[in-house]
Amino acid sequence: MLAWTIYISFLGALVLLLLPKASVASARILALLTAVAGFAIALTAFAQHRTGEMLTVVRAPWIPSLGIEYHLAADGISLTLLLLTGIIAISGILFSWNIEHRAQEFFSFYLLLIGAVYGVFLSYDLFLLFVFYEIVIIPKYFLIAIWGSTRREYGAMKLALYSFIGSAMVLIGLIAAYVRAGAKSMALGDLAQYPFPLHFQMWAFPLVFVGFAILAGLWPFHTWAPTGHVAAPTAASMLLAGVVMKLGAYGCLRVAMTLFPLGLLTPWGLHVLGLGSWRDVFALLAVIGIVYGAMVALVQKDFKFVIGYSSVSHMGFVLLGLMTLNQIGLSGAVLQMFSHGILAGLLFAVVGRMVYDRTHTRDLATLGPMNLNKAIPFAAVTFVVAGMASMGLPGFSGFVAELMVTIGVWRAFPVLTVCVGIGIVVGVAYIWRAMQKAFFAEAGVESVTPKPPLPPITFPERLGAVLLIGTSVLIGLYPQLLLNVIVPALNSPLFDGLRKGSWQ
Amino acid sequence: MPWIVQNLWLVPALPILAAGVSALVKQRNRVFAASLAIGSMAISFLLSVWAFAHVLRLGSYGAITRQAVNFGWFQFGSEWLKLGWVLDPLAALMLLMVAFVGLLIFIYSIGYMAHDENFTRFFCFLALFAGAMLGVVIANSLLLLFMCWEIVGLTSYLLIGFWYANPRAAAAAKKAFIVTRIGDLAFFLGMVWLYAQAGTLLFYDGGTGCLEHSALTRLVAQTTVIGMVASTGIALLIFCGAAGKSGQVPLHVWLPDAMEGPTPVSALIHAATMVAAGVFLIARIYPLMSAHVEMAIPFTTTTALQVVTWVGAITAVFGAMIAVAHYDIKRILAYSTISQLGYMMMGLGVGGVAVGMFHLITHAFFKSLLFLGAGSVIHGCSGEQDIRRMGGLGKLMPITFATYAVGMLALCGFPLFFSGFWSKDAILHAAHSWSVSQSPFYMGAFGALLTAFYMTRQVYYVFGGKSRLAATSPGLHHASTPPHESAAVMTIPLVILAAFAMLLGLVGTPAWPWLQSFLDSQRTVVNFAAFSNAALLSVMVSASLLVFLGLGLGWWFYGRTPIVDADAPDALGQLQPRIFAVLGHSFYVDEMYGATILRLNAWWSRACDWIDRWVWNGAVQTVSYLVLGFAWLDYFLDTQVLNAGFDEGCQGVSRGGQILALLQGGRTQSYLRMIGLALIALVVFLLWGARG
Repeated sequence: MLAWTIYISFLGALVLLLLPKASVASARILALLTAVAGFAIALTAFAQHRTGEMLTVVRAPWIPSLGIEYHLAADGISLTLLLLTGIIAISGILFSWNIEHRAQEFFSFYLLLIGAVYGVFLSYDLFLLFVFYEIVIIPKYFLIAIWGSTRREYGAMKLALYSFIGSAMVLIGLIAAYVRAGAKSMALGDLAQYPFPLHFQMWAFPLVFVGFAILAGLWPFHTWAPTGHVAAPTAASMLLAGVVMKLGAYGCLRVAMTLFPLGLLTPWGLHVLGLGSWRDVFALLAVIGIVYGAMVALVQKDFKFVIGYSSVSHMGFVLLGLMTLNQIGLSGAVLQMFSHGILAGLLFAVVGRMVYDRTHTRDLATLGPMNLNKAIPFAAVTFVVAGMASMGLPGFSGFVAELMVTIGVWRAFPVLTVCVGIGIVVGVAYIWRAMQKAFFAEAGVESVTPKPPLPPITFPERLGAVLLIGTSVLIGLYPQLLLNVIVPALNSPLFDGLRKGSWQ
Repeated sequence: MPWIVQNLWLVPALPILAAGVSALVKQRNRVFAASLAIGSMAISFLLSVWAFAHVLRLGSYGAITRQAVNFGWFQFGSEWLKLGWVLDPLAALMLLMVAFVGLLIFIYSIGYMAHDENFTRFFCFLALFAGAMLGVVIANSLLLLFMCWEIVGLTSYLLIGFWYANPRAAAAAKKAFIVTRIGDLAFFLGMVWLYAQAGTLLFYDGGTGCLEHSALTRLVAQTTVIGMVASTGIALLIFCGAAGKSGQVPLHVWLPDAMEGPTPVSALIHAATMVAAGVFLIARIYPLMSAHVEMAIPFTTTTALQVVTWVGAITAVFGAMIAVAHYDIKRILAYSTISQLGYMMMGLGVGGVAVGMFHLITHAFFKSLLFLGAGSVIHGCSGEQDIRRMGGLGKLMPITFATYAVGMLALCGFPLFFSGFWSKDAILHAAHSWSVSQSPFYMGAFGALLTAFYMTRQVYYVFGGKSRLAATSPGLHHASTPPHESAAVMTIPLVILAAFAMLLGLVGTPAWPWLQSFLDSQRTVVNFAAFSNAALLSVMVSASLLVFLGLGLGWWFYGRTPIVDADAPDALGQLQPRIFAVLGHSFYVDEMYGATILRLNAWWSRACDWIDRWVWNGAVQTVSYLVLGFAWLDYFLDTQVLNAGFDEGCQGVSRGGQILALLQGGRTQSYLRMIGLALIALVVFLLWGARG
């Protein structure tokens, strides 16, 4: 049943292309229905999921001579991210309700992207995973290059190149592992059980990890993210920040860390700048990402760049959580993937759809005098709420996730906790600054009333905002809902290799 | 377990629920929103009374007065992160105070905010604040306390910036949020550290909570890298959070600016409750603050408590000195609040929970009384806040004046009849017998003198002499309406608060230290012989003399000759203009932060942005230019070498083709010509061959 999330999205994409050109409204509704159906399937599976099991969805031989199978399976972690994908897909369509230009193609690419993302999260066979991972790149490129804004060709190309470089690194690592393990199977479980020699893991781990982490915005490979987010149309920004960055983090956890645990854990035997293992290196890079992303967000002039860099900062929490290698840190990292997906989606929706599509500017200095809190109060309120959630105010999902990651970090790397704290405080500051500058007129600046008056916030926008805020509050108040499936998944045999190392 | 303990969560939940409902209704439903907020607060107050009575009853027959309810919030691995609430004397006392003062201020707000267009929103925020504050009080988990604490900070921000159209209000709100957030960062780290060490954040959990014996012994036994005991480190980090909320030096800078908010907000949040939350937090984690190796010996001071004492003492003097030189009626009260919060911290440090909490409770009443009185004055003067332009209000606003005078005397610590005297005396007495140093006592005494002085100055400026309102500022809108007494909805809360400001001191006199015993769950005995203690008596008498001295000095400078001209320089300012200017600028702390931390931060952010723009992006650009360079090279190779060869080849072929095509022109004449030529050639060839 779960496999239909993929098929139904691809099918929807196909049907959309067959629609006549004039039927924009039906295209939207069809896209929305498809996304809702995908989400409903994911939700049903989530509700039926028995904790801790790896549910095989489909398993059929694909290229028997190479041992490659069409093998889809889901555990708690993938289910969490499938849910996220469903929610973001629905709200993304709601926030694209105003797309008139080649709407059928837009939604078709959009659904293609969604289907491929579902595919990545469901793939158990690594070759299949790689295929879906590649499919993701294509619609992403076109969505930005055709419907984007500010330097869209540049942004689209940069994004595509970074993605391809990342996937090339992953491919090399995977093929090496496949050959090394006797070239019999590409299934994740089989490869994870194979004891790769230490020296092999020592180079394969960073290769595959960085390959995936590029997409997760690991500093200093993050520069695709802000420009890509800014160039993309609203729905694509939401998808990019909401789920595509999670693909990278998911790959880091599910592939790189399970396949090559020794490469992660084993000390090099020498210290370079106080760093003794790949774990130290990536933890440090993640912390730098947190502080650095927040710092850069603090001085941006473009509203969307603020959110773009905030994504880099928040994804730092995910990667840092992965590097803690303890229960609470890892669960927190997965929870942060979900939380950041929801909140980044919401922030991009406010900036891209509610503000930019109305005012046609994202320059904070120009937005201020418009006094948007009077003109479009709903947008201001949504941004305030989203900003509060993003800066980790209790009651929202971000607080629980960041708390868990921070406790995990305290146990693993006490010194880094202080840097994380600095990141959190700067996080407050940049959200604050953006909020003040974008929605509230500064002192001594003459208010300009935009002409013609800005169109009011539409119903789909309200619906999308309520959906995302509601999800964040739900998880913030009752995180056990997701942790019930995440934690047993982290304790499954798949992560045995890590657990034998220094799991706490 | 009794019903009230099981359902104690209703106390904070009701106002929060009311806030949620009134957030959804339209701005027009003013009566609905206000009655919802006040109704929920009234029920919370009744429940608080019930809870208080319950604890009182338990205490009266010597049962254990602390009851906690805990529940799991989320789980990871085999660990559960638990939250819960607790009902003990400390919580009951604080609940009663917060709910009661809150209720009075809610009622007062109806009058004060009557003309505001965002009346509904105001009550929504106010109810949310009250709910979160009550949550802080009953929390049995540092995490739950922190969560409510953050919501309190958020609502404080929203309410300070309530008149956001005023840029100063917006700036003040932002400053308040960020400064307290810096303190909260340390709090957060302390909490994470505590969790890592103790494995729980529950305060009381049947012997395994982090404030109970076994956890404290473990915390005391651990030493960190720099030789500090873990409990001390954690306690100090949490104290940073408390200092941020409670306006202790050097994190006090936000509190005076916060006065941009509506006056009921200043009274509720920035005098009675939220700023006291920091003091309450220290009282709550007092077992952790006072944990040391020999647990058996009570009343030995710890590093953490010494820090609390010193910070408190410095803040007490610092705030009082600055209050002397300000002219804004609310700012004077704000600096006074900072100073009094310093006293509370000092009281906690030198004398323990009861001493600090006693001053917290009495201060909550008389300071909210003063703020509401100031609000009444501002309301009566149509928005004027500068004390130089007031004057003569004693006759025009008699009820406000009388209640204000009560509040002022309570704040000064006027002997015997006012609550402030007893609570401040308890602090000074404890400081006097402190084992570490006598300096906090002298600082506290000096602060008491200053307090009496600046309050006398303020009262003479506001209520004494003749009105300077109309004469000075013709440009302002208030010239039309003369000052008037406020409506009953505003004055009745004033009278009630005034009654408490006088009587409340009686619960903690040395002769009948009921509060002390209540908090320690002991029986109280009346013992008038306590007054005959020589040390106690000498402190009491000297403190009284200082108060009289302060009042006298105030009269000498400001009361002797009535202030006539609003633009005339301050009497003290004439005497010592330099010092007065420094005080008037609040010791230039804001300017110092502006020049150091803020500038550093801005510079650092810009550096990061620069790096991102030029180094990383530059690296990417360089790589892309390199790639482009190769691309151009390839292009060159392609066009000039490979393609040229290909083109040449193609051209060669096509040229050959063209020549050959001539042969196939399709014209008979050329064919014949060709045949003729061929014939000739053939003939020539044959002839040539025949001859050879």
